[in-house]
Amino acid sequence: MRDKKLKNYEDLKSLHKEIDEEKSKVKSRVLVCMTGCRAKGAEELARTFREKLDVPGMEEIEVVDVGCHGQCSRAPLIMIEPEELLYGDVKPKDVDEIIKETLINGRVIPRLCAEVEGRAAAKAPDIPFYSGQERDVLKNCGRIDPQKIEDAVAAGSYDAAAKALTTLSPEDVITIVKDSGLRGRGGAGFPTGLKWGFAQQAAGNEKYLICNADEGDPGAFMDRALLEGTPHQVIEGMLIAAYAIGANNGFIYVRAEYPIAVEHVTMALEQAREYGLLGNNILNSGFDFDIQLRKGAGAFVCGEETALIASLEGKRGMPRPRPPFPANAGFRGKPTNINNVETLANIPLIIEEGSEAFHAKGNEGGRGTKIFALAGKVKETGLVEVPMGTTLRQIVFDVGGGVPDGHTFKAAQIGGPSGGCVPAQHLDLPLDYESVKEVGAIMGSGGLVVMDDRTCMVDVARFFLEFTQKESCGKCVPCRVGTRQLADILNKICDGKGEPKDLKKLESLAKEVKAGSLCGLGQTAPNPVLTTLEFFRDEYEAHINEKRCPAGVCKELISFSITVDDCIGCGLCKKACPVDAITGDSKQPHFIDPDACIKCGACHEVCPTNAVVIS
Amino acid sequence: MKSGTVKEDPGVNLARGILEKHQLMLEKPAVGRDLEKSQELLIPLLQDIQDAYGYLPPPVLEWVSKKTGIPISRMYGVITFYSQFYLEPKGKHTIRCCQGTACHVKGSQAIGEAIEEYLGVKDGDTTDDMQFTFESVQCLGTCFLAPVIMIDNDYYGEMTQGKVKKVLERYSKS
Repeated sequence: MRDKKLKNYEDLKSLHKEIDEEKSKVKSRVLVCMTGCRAKGAEELARTFREKLDVPGMEEIEVVDVGCHGQCSRAPLIMIEPEELLYGDVKPKDVDEIIKETLINGRVIPRLCAEVEGRAAAKAPDIPFYSGQERDVLKNCGRIDPQKIEDAVAAGSYDAAAKALTTLSPEDVITIVKDSGLRGRGGAGFPTGLKWGFAQQAAGNEKYLICNADEGDPGAFMDRALLEGTPHQVIEGMLIAAYAIGANNGFIYVRAEYPIAVEHVTMALEQAREYGLLGNNILNSGFDFDIQLRKGAGAFVCGEETALIASLEGKRGMPRPRPPFPANAGFRGKPTNINNVETLANIPLIIEEGSEAFHAKGNEGGRGTKIFALAGKVKETGLVEVPMGTTLRQIVFDVGGGVPDGHTFKAAQIGGPSGGCVPAQHLDLPLDYESVKEVGAIMGSGGLVVMDDRTCMVDVARFFLEFTQKESCGKCVPCRVGTRQLADILNKICDGKGEPKDLKKLESLAKEVKAGSLCGLGQTAPNPVLTTLEFFRDEYEAHINEKRCPAGVCKELISFSITVDDCIGCGLCKKACPVDAITGDSKQPHFIDPDACIKCGACHEVCPTNAVVIS
Repeated sequence: MKSGTVKEDPGVNLARGILEKHQLMLEKPAVGRDLEKSQELLIPLLQDIQDAYGYLPPPVLEWVSKKTGIPISRMYGVITFYSQFYLEPKGKHTIRCCQGTACHVKGSQAIGEAIEEYLGVKDGDTTDDMQFTFESVQCLGTCFLAPVIMIDNDYYGEMTQGKVKKVLERYSKS
């Protein structure tokens, strides 16, 4: 085998050409999402395609394992090229029909398409979930095989890095990134170019670059999708960043809960080394850079940059006061720059298309696009990339299709445990760094969980405080003790033991924890309490004054009963009840013994006639 | 220690290989700047040991400490800080029940309770027959499948209390 090492920019260009020629021999491609869709049987689906296509005459059809297509609610989702047809909920039994009808005869199968106003829509521009988006950063996600560097190169990966390393000075790169207006996508939104400038100007030759892939916010999965679906884009971003600040060593710190991401990044790093895109004298630019992958060990606080550095140094992942900032004294006490996955994935785009094109998207509160992980009580869940400043209404209703099952939108939780709950009256809020702050939330990493009338906002606040309390590292008192106290009060309210004075206590304590905590975890932990108190105070008051949970969630405040007129006596509830609290003969109305009932909701879940009611 | 079916290596042969891989099989324990460098590798080292043994056996940790010079106190400090290190053997299958935001609003608490009920263990515990370890986790990053559980490396989405038994039965001893 010949040496794959690319010696200069020209080598990369000719490799690109070679791969294009190779690819032109393929007539059609079946792109099967092999990341999130795995949970819905994508592996078996791809295997079935490969088996059935392994016959003479089918050589021009290629089955490719790709990353996330975005519309996870239709998993397993496949795309057929060159027509770019999107088929959802595809089962192995559909494969024969797809091969015969679509791949051979070129006909669309309406049954597998998205349904839009009663009609079948096969292509992204006709599907509101996609037509409402601008997929710049996710452009290649779901379109290339993340396990093959050749696919990434064919899609243009490493062109921007080659351009930066061979034609631009580090100062030029920093100026471009500064002018683009890119801000950190990990949460705080610090201007990326400025951060790079600090690290570049810091004294010393030994500098480090870290990619923060410790995506810990519950409800966020965009970094996972990028690492799984287009790892070379992140590596290329790192290469450019390292060149700009003058770092020769880099780390990707990835959550251990993401095994597919770990697998794909490991492969991508090996391939990049093989092609000389990492290592010494990259593309004859005189610049050396290599990356090590490190797995986290399960600590949310390690998403905070100084805690992450402590973890990389083999210590307990505890944050430390800043200054000194990592740009001056970070890993091993040396200048260190830390960027989030999505931030780095934006970099090749900015270098390729220029700062002006990037700056033209978005608004004053943020430039470019933002990827949101849309989940919760919404019809279409998945990855959504929209220009900064797109309103919450557009994302939840136009792209997400609104709340399912005839329920109403109550709030969207933005930014995970550090963020806040944005209520229906703010649906027209533009989602950018500044506007989101005005309602007490933060942009955070981009988790967007939709809540409807069946969600109790006091319970949501309790949930987040339990989370931050568990994840508090314990170093500083306001966070360690404060979050415990906040969680205790919220538990008390949910248990129906709340007192009117608790609300005042919650409010003042929340503000103190915010002001007094050492790192971002504690400083933002009270946000879910403060935003729910502001927008959903009536729910708190119902819990405290009337001992009532309006959404029917808090166990101590609800009871289950069966409406005699609606009960058909099918016995499903009786079978489902784990404590035998339900009695009744076949075909006769059933009853729940309130003393024996543990309020697990199993009966409510199985009842075919909605006869089990919560009051 | 519970008896069971998990890999139990009484010796340190596996650990020796791991130290060699990390170039930590030293002539004598490191000190000073060298020790600091060794300590940087503590987390990957512990992860490899746990992969090999199924957990972190204390005698192996003591041996590693003697060989590398990394104080045992430092090791325990790190092990107890991170939620993914285990000092006791785990069951053959690990069930992770996601309690992230999206799963929470879709009723994951009831799923967790149904699993506890079925297995007869609490969060973080292992069944007596060493078949299952059950743990609640914060977010598996597969929110579109909410509520979701993960058994070993397989995801099961859109869980209901009714589905718990069916899914777990596939992993029970036959």
